[in-house]
Amino acid sequence: MAAALALAEEVAGSQPRAALSTLELRDFRNYRQLSLAVDDGIVVLTGANGAGKTNLLEAISLLSPGRGLRRAVLAELDRDDAGPFVLRARLSTIDGPLDIATGRDPSHDRRFVRLFDRNLRGQSELGMFFGVSWLVPSMDRILGDAASGRRRLLDRLALAVQPDHATRVAAYERAMRERSAVLRDGAGDPAWLKVLETRMAEPAVAIAAARIEVIGALNARLRNPVLDLPAVELAPSGEVEGWLLEMSALDTEQRLCEALARSRGRDALAGGAQHGVHRSDLDVCEAVRCEPAARLSTGRQKAVLLAMVMAEAELRRERSGMTPILLLDEVAAHLDSARRDALCDALLALDAQVWLTGTDKSLFGALSGRAQFFHVDEGRLSNHE
Amino acid sequence: MAANEIEHLIRLMGRLPGLGPRSARRAALSLMKHPDTLLRPLIEALGTCRDAISICSTCGNLDSHDPCSVCADRDRDRDVVCVVQEVEDLWAMDRSGSYRGLFHILGGTLSALDGRHPEHLRITALLERVEKDGIGEVILALGATVDGQTTAHYLGERLRPLACRVTRLAYGLPVGGELNYLDQGTLDAAMKARQLLA
Ligand SMILES: [Zn+2]
Repeated sequence: MAAALALAEEVAGSQPRAALSTLELRDFRNYRQLSLAVDDGIVVLTGANGAGKTNLLEAISLLSPGRGLRRAVLAELDRDDAGPFVLRARLSTIDGPLDIATGRDPSHDRRFVRLFDRNLRGQSELGMFFGVSWLVPSMDRILGDAASGRRRLLDRLALAVQPDHATRVAAYERAMRERSAVLRDGAGDPAWLKVLETRMAEPAVAIAAARIEVIGALNARLRNPVLDLPAVELAPSGEVEGWLLEMSALDTEQRLCEALARSRGRDALAGGAQHGVHRSDLDVCEAVRCEPAARLSTGRQKAVLLAMVMAEAELRRERSGMTPILLLDEVAAHLDSARRDALCDALLALDAQVWLTGTDKSLFGALSGRAQFFHVDEGRLSNHE
Repeated sequence: MAANEIEHLIRLMGRLPGLGPRSARRAALSLMKHPDTLLRPLIEALGTCRDAISICSTCGNLDSHDPCSVCADRDRDRDVVCVVQEVEDLWAMDRSGSYRGLFHILGGTLSALDGRHPEHLRITALLERVEKDGIGEVILALGATVDGQTTAHYLGERLRPLACRVTRLAYGLPVGGELNYLDQGTLDAAMKARQLLA
C-alpha cells in the first residue's frame, strides 16, 4: 500500500525541485562529447583549474533564458575548430519530465531552443518551466564594483516574483535605444519622443515594482542567516523605485515621462537617458551598523552573495512550488572548515539539486555519502566513488 | 553552370519577397522551359503594369487610375479614413467587407533603430488630407507589433490638434500580428469594437 502510494506520487511527478536527470554535450567548450546521468541531489565536480568544471555549469545555465553564467557570445561556446555546439537535457520538474535541446543554429547564428521536439519561439519561454540560479567567481566583487553588475543580479532575482521581468527589461531597453536614435538623428521630433518616453515609462514602473517586491521578500529570508553571517539588508536605490515607494504607479509613470521630456537636451548631447530604471542600484548593507557590505572582507562578501542566492531559491520554491537548480562555482574555498560544513548542511536542507565545484574533494567532506562526486579532467568525467 | 543571362535573371528573382535563392532558380528555369505559356505572358503583364499602374496621389494605393478606384468610389463613407501600413493591408480590409470608408497607406512604420523617420512615411499627406477634406474620423489599423503601435500613438499625437476623432482597431491580436494575415471574422470584430486612441 505504502509502496503503491509512493509510486503514485512519483508518477504524478510531485517533484518539489527542478533537477537534471541526464545531460549530453557535443562540441561545447572543451567537451567533444559528454553524456552524464545524475540523481536529483547534490552534485560535486572536482578537478584542476581549466579542467572544464565551470564549462559544465555554463552548459546547465544555458538551459535557462539568456547568455548563460559567463554572458558569452554564442560563437565562443563552440569547441575549437568544431561545432556548432549542441546541449541536450532531460529534467524532472513538478510538472513531469522535460526534454530540452539547445545549441547554436549556424544558419541564423542564434541559439535555438527545443522543448521535446518543438522549436520554442524565444528562449524566454524556458523560464516558465523551471529556474536555474548561479553564483560564479566573476560575481565576487559585485558588491563593490559598478552598479550595473548589482542591477543585473537584482533583475535576475526579480524573476522569482515576476516571470515577465526579463521581457519588460528588454522592452524598456529597446524603447530607450529608440529614443536615443531619435534624439541623435531624428531631429528630436517631440511627438515621436513623447511616444517613446511613454513606452519606456510603462515597463519602468513594472520593473521598479518587481525589484521592490523581490527585495522585500529576500530581506524577510535574510534576517535569519544560515551561514553565521552578519545580517544583511537589501534596499532598492534609484529614482523611479523611490517615487514608486511614495506615490501611485500612474503618478510614477507620469513623473518619469516628465523627467525624460525635460532631459532631452542633455540626453541628446550625452547619449543614454538621465532618468530611468537603467540607472538604479541595489544597496546591500550590514544590517546592525548599516555599513555597506562592500566593506566586508572578500570571503564575507561571497558569503553574503551565497545567502542571497539561497534565499532566492527558497523564494522561488515558495512562489512556483519548485526549487531552482543551483550552480555554485568555487564557493567553498574561501570559507573556513566550520562554515564549509555549515554550508553543506544548509544546501542539503534546501531540498535542491545543487552543482558545486572545487579543486579538491576534501572541501566537501561534510557531503561524503550524501552527494554524487565526479572528477573532471580535460573535458572528461569520471566517477569518484 | 548556367549562362550569365540566366544567372542575372535568377539574382533578380531572388530579390523578390518570399523567394530564396533556390526558389528563384526554380522559377527562372520554369520560365525558360515554358517560353510561350509562361515567359511571354509574364513579360507582357510586367510591361502592362509598368505602363499602367501608378501610385494614387490621394491614398497611396496602386491602381491604373489616379485617384484610384477606392478614392473615386462615391458610394463610400467619405467622412472616415482608415490608415494602414501597406497596400496589401488595404486589400485585406476591403476584401473583408467590414469597412466601407476611405483609406490612407502609410508605407510602413516608424523605426528609429532602422532609420525609418516620419518624413519617410506618408504622414504629412495624411494630415493635409484630414484637414483639407474635413475628415471626421481616422481609424488607425496598424499591426500589433511594437513598431506598429509606436506609429499609431505617434499619429495620435500628430492628429490631436485637428478636429477629428482618432480610433484604433480593438484587436485581441497575437502580439506581432500583421494585419494582412488576419481572417475576415477577426478583422470584422476588430473594426466594430474599435476604440478611441487614449
Ligand atoms: Zn486612392
